[in-house]
Amino acid sequence: MTDQPQHLPDVPAADDLTAPWWDATREHRLTVQRCDGCAAVQHPPRAVCLACGTLGGLSQVDVSGAGEVDSFTVVHRGPRPDLATPYTIARVRLAEGPILLTRIHPHQEVAIDDPVEVAWWDLPDGRALPVFRPLNRTNTTP
Amino acid sequence: MSATTSTATGAAIVGVAESDLGVTNLSILTLQTQAITRALADAGLTLADVDGIATTGVSRFSATQVADHLGLEPRWTDSTFAGGSAYEMMVARATQAIESGQASTVVISFASNQRSAASRRLGGVTEDHTPEAQLETPYDPLFPLSYYAMAAQQYLHRFGGTHEQLAEIAVAAREWALLNPAAYRYRAGSLTAADVTSSRLVSSPLTVADCCLVTDGGGAVVLTSLERARDLAKPAVRVLGYGERTTNTSMTAVRDLTSTGAVGSGADAFARAGVTPSDVDVLEVYDSFTITAALSIEALGFCGRGEVLDFIAGGRIRPGGSLPLDTAGGGLSYCHPGQYGVLLLVEAVRQVRGEAGARQVPDAEIAVAHGTGGILSTHATVVLGADR
Ligand SMILES: [Zn+2]
Repeated sequence: MTDQPQHLPDVPAADDLTAPWWDATREHRLTVQRCDGCAAVQHPPRAVCLACGTLGGLSQVDVSGAGEVDSFTVVHRGPRPDLATPYTIARVRLAEGPILLTRIHPHQEVAIDDPVEVAWWDLPDGRALPVFRPLNRTNTTP
Repeated sequence: MSATTSTATGAAIVGVAESDLGVTNLSILTLQTQAITRALADAGLTLADVDGIATTGVSRFSATQVADHLGLEPRWTDSTFAGGSAYEMMVARATQAIESGQASTVVISFASNQRSAASRRLGGVTEDHTPEAQLETPYDPLFPLSYYAMAAQQYLHRFGGTHEQLAEIAVAAREWALLNPAAYRYRAGSLTAADVTSSRLVSSPLTVADCCLVTDGGGAVVLTSLERARDLAKPAVRVLGYGERTTNTSMTAVRDLTSTGAVGSGADAFARAGVTPSDVDVLEVYDSFTITAALSIEALGFCGRGEVLDFIAGGRIRPGGSLPLDTAGGGLSYCHPGQYGVLLLVEAVRQVRGEAGARQVPDAEIAVAHGTGGILSTHATVVLGADR
């Protein structure tokens, strides 16, 4: 829980594919889907392993919560009127491989390849939304 | 440059038209009807000749809706929903339908009244049952802009370019629009790179001047067999080749934001046509944002990897340059009704016919129209050539 924003987004209910991922967020555990057969990891969760094609033995496993900024954009004009701007949208490459879309929170300038770690926004229904905060800012944005 | 005839398809575009553009206060179906009937008239055909309809953006059942509205019972329809690239994909589908004999005269059309109806939304439209609605929309990226902005950020970081260099796409588009009386920015005067970079930031590094217009508008193109095309009102413009790629709906599926599906769609289209990028006289690429066009030019093979910002400099893509780009003024300065792809085809055909007035590229014989849909999601390339 990190300085929650005033207006949290409405997040649609989980479904069969995403329920295990969302359930883990209730305990602030960030997970990716792992294949028992070939050990590949993927995100978002799917009914099939994209690496080996199996439909069985797919489960959510914890990740470290560490990653790097793959790219980012600072949004200056929000899509909802209640949203405070500016804010930073980022693609974060998890150390384990998969890429997440997320927010840099609290809002601050980042650079591509900056190291980041997971933080959480608690949603009213008990789920939590993973956001990322910078570690050791390199401050080398070109 | 002359078109090779051995590999080209057996279909041709015989009629093209725009609907009213800009701020029309007209319904989608009225704009569709304008575009379709004008394109048929351009070909010397009438609604009674149409037995194939390809369209989208009308309703959930777009081709059905247009067929009903025009009193037609087509043999063949296509409502491929792939954003701005759908119309280039439809050229491929229509060509195959004509070659196989399923349809003889196909109209591809699109129209939108998004400006008049104020229906454009910065956050886009999401469907609650998709993974993106749960995993991406809650973070409030602008859709599609923020994805393109992240691609631009990554491109400039990796290849060392500047936003000023990227702005050349918008600067050149404006120069073309100043030559096109139908362009929304026809009387707006020139644009400088500094104008673009100093405009209001929307999703960094992109400013409002890196973004396409929001206008009403539409267009239609009519295809038939090459044999029949040669008997019609206007010179036939041959469909030489086509290719497409579909890569992602989510903002996280593609690992490298700087390399798009246009690499594959372009390679397929050029191979089928038997031409290379150096044979192309006019290039019409979707410019939803400056970065969209830049990534497409590079992916299609007009320059090497990481080179597009240097490549477009020095007037190359402006009027009089060696690679005339988006010669109607593009989505950036001519018209952007939400899915601009059909208008790329309209302009490409006019250039090959030599009908483009003050903006005509001398002796244009081979033109490429390349559509991009969604968040660099769908990519479709069509190579067109004069019937010589
Ligand atoms: Zn597997």
